[in-house]
Amino acid sequence: MFDIEKIRADFPILNEPIRGKKLVYLDNAASTQKPQVVIDAEKYFYEHQYANIHRGVHYLSQIGTDLYEGVRKQIQLFINAKHEYEIIYTKGTTNAINLVAYTFGRKFINKGDEIVITEMEHHSNIVPWQILCEEKKCILKVIPMQEDGSILLEDARKIITPKTKLVSTFYVSNALGTINPVKELIRIAHENDAKILLDAAQAIQHYPIDVQELDVDFLVFSGHKIYGPTGTGILYAKEQLLNQMPPYEGGGDMIKTVSFEKTVYNDLPFKFEAGTPNIAGCIALGTAIKYVQDLGIKNIMKYEAELFKYATKKLKAIEGLKIYGTSKNKSCVISFLLEGIHPYDVGVILDNSGIAIRTGHHCAQPVMDHYHIPGTCRASFAFYNTKEEVDVLVTSILKAKKMLS
Amino acid sequence: METKSINELQDEIVEDFSMYDDWNDKYEYLIEFGKTLPKLDEEYKTDENRIHGCQSRVWLNAQMIDGKVIFEADSDAIITKGIVGLLVSVLSGHTPKEIAESDLYFIGKIGLQEHLSPTRANGLLSMIKKMKTYGIAFQAK
Ligand SMILES: Cc1ncc(COP(=O)(O)O)c(C=O)c1O
Repeated sequence: MFDIEKIRADFPILNEPIRGKKLVYLDNAASTQKPQVVIDAEKYFYEHQYANIHRGVHYLSQIGTDLYEGVRKQIQLFINAKHEYEIIYTKGTTNAINLVAYTFGRKFINKGDEIVITEMEHHSNIVPWQILCEEKKCILKVIPMQEDGSILLEDARKIITPKTKLVSTFYVSNALGTINPVKELIRIAHENDAKILLDAAQAIQHYPIDVQELDVDFLVFSGHKIYGPTGTGILYAKEQLLNQMPPYEGGGDMIKTVSFEKTVYNDLPFKFEAGTPNIAGCIALGTAIKYVQDLGIKNIMKYEAELFKYATKKLKAIEGLKIYGTSKNKSCVISFLLEGIHPYDVGVILDNSGIAIRTGHHCAQPVMDHYHIPGTCRASFAFYNTKEEVDVLVTSILKAKKMLS
Repeated sequence: METKSINELQDEIVEDFSMYDDWNDKYEYLIEFGKTLPKLDEEYKTDENRIHGCQSRVWLNAQMIDGKVIFEADSDAIITKGIVGLLVSVLSGHTPKEIAESDLYFIGKIGLQEHLSPTRANGLLSMIKKMKTYGIAFQAK
């Protein structure tokens, strides 16, 4: 079962005194903390196994390659991809989306074609498409958000049309916590012969994901949000698409042969992995995912759902506190404002109480514009958070409210 | 009327803050101070007067009156407004030369730099930079 004391003990930073107080870390949507095993995995690799991969016949290089490729296999199974080579290592979600925009986008999206996103995307799922649209004269269409922070499928059905080449949207919104109706969106995209990319940056750490069952074309996520190292991430894409896509960056590892007359690109997945990658990071990402798998993603879901329900109830009860994003389908994010008080002020007071939340626009400025607010305070939860921490949060919000009004 | 020098004003603030030993009181002070400050006229809340690098919106207006620079500032976040207000109270009413050459040691001494997040510290720095730039620009006139 879910032994929260034991789990918390796995994360050394949770015992770190912050400003003389016990850390209450509620900024998990920005990044998650790392369990000791992940920290150790990276350290162990550098201490005992390090060498560059894919290049040497020597012992260390082979160990490194085996570990690195082993994690690819592990991630294939984790998201149930059909083939190992459909898993492309990236630097993170942003990098993965840009890769798709640069390769798939440049090759298959042309003048007058449409790309569909929603009003609630993270900037990293807006700007790459704007850049592409500027270059290729294609058109970016936006599915509007409702007051509760959800989209209407009838809007999606109107905006996704045979002109749509790609739908690119979030699984879980980082700004509001809304869970998108991804199955329906995938179906609508495919009915219109469009491809669909799911930004699973806020979903992979909370929900089981099966790319074959979803029948999604592209799925991206960051390692650092699933308890792994920064600078790691994954692009999943269907084999057929990856084969049709041109390479992203040119360099070592992504080629079979190079001559000045003709260079032959390497097979999947290496075609998309030029240069020496974040070897230690990827190996530790495997450790992080194993940690999550050992806890059991279903157990995590259950624990987090209850914690989230408790936190929502407690925060809602605070007079003058308004929660932004109130859709029925929500994940571990609570975005809120105290009436008449700037979110930044709240953030400063909570910070001084040892509580880490995020304030600002959360890289989703259109959402803030929609509500005509400068930003929100955002508390986001992970499986190592507790109801006691929620209580500390509530007490500190009340204190901030008193000081600031 | 004899005006106090920039350093005398700084020392007063340092003295005021020395009574407080925990962050709570310091922020209470800043918040209360922020509340007493006048609002900046809407006409001065222009893009040109915006200080960037702050999570909250901050405006700074500068005028030259009788050889002295008069600063006015505002923010939509109250703690920011308090800090910005301290800077204004120290620098406003002095000559461009004094402002350009000032050494603002009080911020470090009252422990604000250490207590503020990097984003906010950046805002604070751009604010000081902008005030000094005004000092330099007004000298040139
Ligand atoms: C929904 C969503 N998409 C994309 C990103 C960007 O991720 P990264 O900064 O790891 O590339 C984030 C993280 O902030 C996110 O929450």
